[in-house]
Amino acid sequence: MANNQYSRDIKLPAIKLAAVQYVVALILIILIAGLWRLQVLGSENYRVLAEQNRIRKVPVLASRGKLFDREGRLIVDNYPSVSCFLLRDQNRDLEADLPLIAGGLHMDLDQLHSILKHYQHAPGYQPIPLKQDITPDEVAFIEAHRNELPELETIDEQRRLYPKDGFAAHLIGYVGEVSEEMLNDPRYEFYAPGDVVGKAGIEQSYDQILRGEDGSRDIIVDSHGRELGRLGIVHATPGKDLRLTIDLDIQRAAEKALGPRNGAIVAMDPRNGEILAWVSHPSFDPNSFAVKIGREEWTHLITDPNHPLMNKVIQAQLAPGSTFKIIMSAAGLGEGVAQNLKVNCTGGGTFYGHFFACDQHHGMVDIHHAIPLSCDTYYYTLAQKLGIDTIAKYAQSFGIGQKTGVDMPNEMSGIMPSEAWKLKTFHDKWYAGETISVGIGQGAVAVTPLQLARALGGIASGGHMVRPHTVFPEELPTDFRQALLDSFPGSGETQVPMDPANWEIITDAMAMVTQPGGTAAASHLADVDFAGKTGTAQTASHGATGHAAGGSIPNAWFVGMVPRRNPEIVVTVLWENGNWGANSAHLAAEVIEAYVNKHRKAEHNLVEPAAPAPAPQTAASGGAH
Amino acid sequence: MRRFLSFRDFDWPLLGLVLLMSALSVMEIYSATLHTKFVGFHTKQLIWLAVGMGLMFLMSKVNYHRLIDIAYYTYGFFLVSLTLVLIPHIGKKVLGARRWIGVGAIHFQPSEWMKLVLIIAVARYFANLGAKDLRWSDIFKAFALVGLPMLLVLKEPDLGTTLTYTPVLLCGLFLGGIRWKQATVLILCAVLALSGIWISGKVLKPYQKQRLTSFMNPDADPKGSGYQIRQSLIAVGSGGIWGKGIAKGTQTQGDFLPIPYTDFIFAAFSEEHGFLGALFLLLLYFLILMRLIQNAQTAADLSGTFLIMGVVAVMVFQIAVNVGMVIGLMPVTGIPLPLMSYGGSSVLFTFLSLGMVMNVRMERFVN
Repeated sequence: MANNQYSRDIKLPAIKLAAVQYVVALILIILIAGLWRLQVLGSENYRVLAEQNRIRKVPVLASRGKLFDREGRLIVDNYPSVSCFLLRDQNRDLEADLPLIAGGLHMDLDQLHSILKHYQHAPGYQPIPLKQDITPDEVAFIEAHRNELPELETIDEQRRLYPKDGFAAHLIGYVGEVSEEMLNDPRYEFYAPGDVVGKAGIEQSYDQILRGEDGSRDIIVDSHGRELGRLGIVHATPGKDLRLTIDLDIQRAAEKALGPRNGAIVAMDPRNGEILAWVSHPSFDPNSFAVKIGREEWTHLITDPNHPLMNKVIQAQLAPGSTFKIIMSAAGLGEGVAQNLKVNCTGGGTFYGHFFACDQHHGMVDIHHAIPLSCDTYYYTLAQKLGIDTIAKYAQSFGIGQKTGVDMPNEMSGIMPSEAWKLKTFHDKWYAGETISVGIGQGAVAVTPLQLARALGGIASGGHMVRPHTVFPEELPTDFRQALLDSFPGSGETQVPMDPANWEIITDAMAMVTQPGGTAAASHLADVDFAGKTGTAQTASHGATGHAAGGSIPNAWFVGMVPRRNPEIVVTVLWENGNWGANSAHLAAEVIEAYVNKHRKAEHNLVEPAAPAPAPQTAASGGAH
Repeated sequence: MRRFLSFRDFDWPLLGLVLLMSALSVMEIYSATLHTKFVGFHTKQLIWLAVGMGLMFLMSKVNYHRLIDIAYYTYGFFLVSLTLVLIPHIGKKVLGARRWIGVGAIHFQPSEWMKLVLIIAVARYFANLGAKDLRWSDIFKAFALVGLPMLLVLKEPDLGTTLTYTPVLLCGLFLGGIRWKQATVLILCAVLALSGIWISGKVLKPYQKQRLTSFMNPDADPKGSGYQIRQSLIAVGSGGIWGKGIAKGTQTQGDFLPIPYTDFIFAAFSEEHGFLGALFLLLLYFLILMRLIQNAQTAADLSGTFLIMGVVAVMVFQIAVNVGMVIGLMPVTGIPLPLMSYGGSSVLFTFLSLGMVMNVRMERFVN
């Protein structure tokens, strides 16, 4: 037995070793077949997978178009900034890295978790924006932790730089991350979560033009996300710059005129609808929206009783007060009633068993005096004679109770009451007594400052009504121009038939408003054909924009224009709780003066303006109602 | 017949094939570590190869009969070592497994050496039986001989090495004279026992089980071994017919492929050299294995034949399991590819075995 192992006589049967050889060959053939399957049959498929493995798409963000005023002066600029993104295709245990990320980026864990949750259904290859506009310290942190935190990526981008102190903030609007609701809106079908979009003002209306198109850069990376090299780049198409119709000089004058008061000023060229100034106060700082706005700041903005986010030029819907008398006059003259109407004002009158007061005893008043004196009794009488539906017909033709169609988001339509309106809204019949209040711009009638500018500017232009707009249409592609009209429906550009004689009566009377004896005599501008109409609107029944402390102090309106016929500029001033329309007339006069001086200077024609003539005492106190 | 060994009888063609393979190994290790912190490992591999060559020549001078003579003593010694490894404070725990034993700076892994020792012990056992029909008692003794170290290594735990012991036993049984009836019964028992082990969950740890199954569905475990298999398949598949070129494999260079210089070196090679390169490599293995079997056939006696066939069995098993793993036909077991993978113990085992084979060849001309 012990000899078997060394015995040279015993051999293994050759067939057994041959069998082993066959087994070896078989195994190798199986392996080769496996390789054939992968490398020959499946190579295309795996090549694609290998490409995806090593190429990372990094977005190249398009810079947003800048905004310039009508003379090419810069209003909204961009500045370079760095944002931090999180990549989720790294096959890493993110949860374990979060504390380190939170520390380095000065964020708290809850914040990170909520961001991750927000994006949990987004495709895995899409980088998640973690923090925008990061500090150099935070950039340094990311650079220093490339190995530990390969999932962090920085992206250079251009960020919005808005004017300081809320200058023109409501006009410009602001940008922010696209919201869930917006993504569900078909208009935003091409937007992806995380995209920055315009959320108010021009930024929103012209987002398509301003945003440009993001590009992308393909970076070769290893499995740790380290950059090994670069492949192609799809350059971003920068957004288009826009030249606005705004005139910075007029805008500045309007901002300064309104100052700390609550309200709005809008200036427009009634010949073509170009907006020259757009102010709503109190304002807000759009720069704080450009980077994600803090919760505290946001709460403050939305709970402020003065509604800083409200774009009062198109969103304040208030009783127009006596400014409405211009529309009443157009209606009365158009119907052939006002021409021959003479009313003896004895401080008011009784209509349908109720006494309606006028603030003065104007004596015998006709249409020529009713406007500059703003005699309520005259318009009570006129309203009674016209009836509500005739008033409504005229008012609607001038755009009251309808959106103007201005190229700004969330315009309000205001209210022009009528019998049908009352029935529809309150399921109640119209009482004749209500017509009397409407005659002086009270009651249910509510307008926006822009509506008023368009209506009165249109009447002064002989019925030529315009569509207000903030961007020169010739700057825009044709299809976008049409899309703009479709997105912002409104009364737009129309011609309301108007007898030239009536036109002259009304415009001459409006020019008298700033003359001695007129309700805005204190705002008289020497050598300027400054026409307008004051309005002092009670706020008790139809509230202000919510100024709690304002109580029942009336809102002060003024719609002014230069010159009286076919004006070049119309300015509406709304001073909430400004008490007297004449007070607003001062503010309008400042804007008008800035406009006139600017144009005279341009024509080398500027005469140092004389100080506004001291107003006669009677006119100053002889207020408008 | 001469009285002394002569290097003229050395298997030079076999050595040539082995050296060609080693050159490919060094080249691929160079490429696979180029962009990693392991850069320069190819020079270390060269050193290991040099040491291996030296040991191979030394080993070829050692009469294999002396190894057979002391086989049961060395077997006993390493069995004790494997037991010691399992005792805390003596066995060193690395990455959750107790595989190393050491005093001071000298460490060794008894399970690696056991491979060689087991080949010799099994060769002696079956050669001694004279290649006649086996009795059941012979079979049980063979099972005990191999099963004992297997249990100990499995306890470390080291599933990969445990599995490499089985081909030694299977090859021994087959060549040693197992009968068809016995083989059938054994296969049935094995199937029953393996399913029992799988279901009981006592012998295999959950991660080992998961590793053993994830190759069938890599996407079920995309971050663990499933990830490794996925990346490996992408590497091999994207290599195509011609390959991407040395140091141009994106999977290998981009660090997507796990450990591309050891266990997954075949994937790295296939990515960079394509189907043709892989085919060439497998052809080299085929030639080496055929040459080894030829040497086994011409061995002077049964023990020589069994020795060489033991080496063949281990090599075939490692190639099948490693390449099978890389191309998704086998689970991830952490078994290196002989003559290709980087690593001292793998190189030393291979070259020591080859030295032994050389001696068997040379001894047949000695009286």
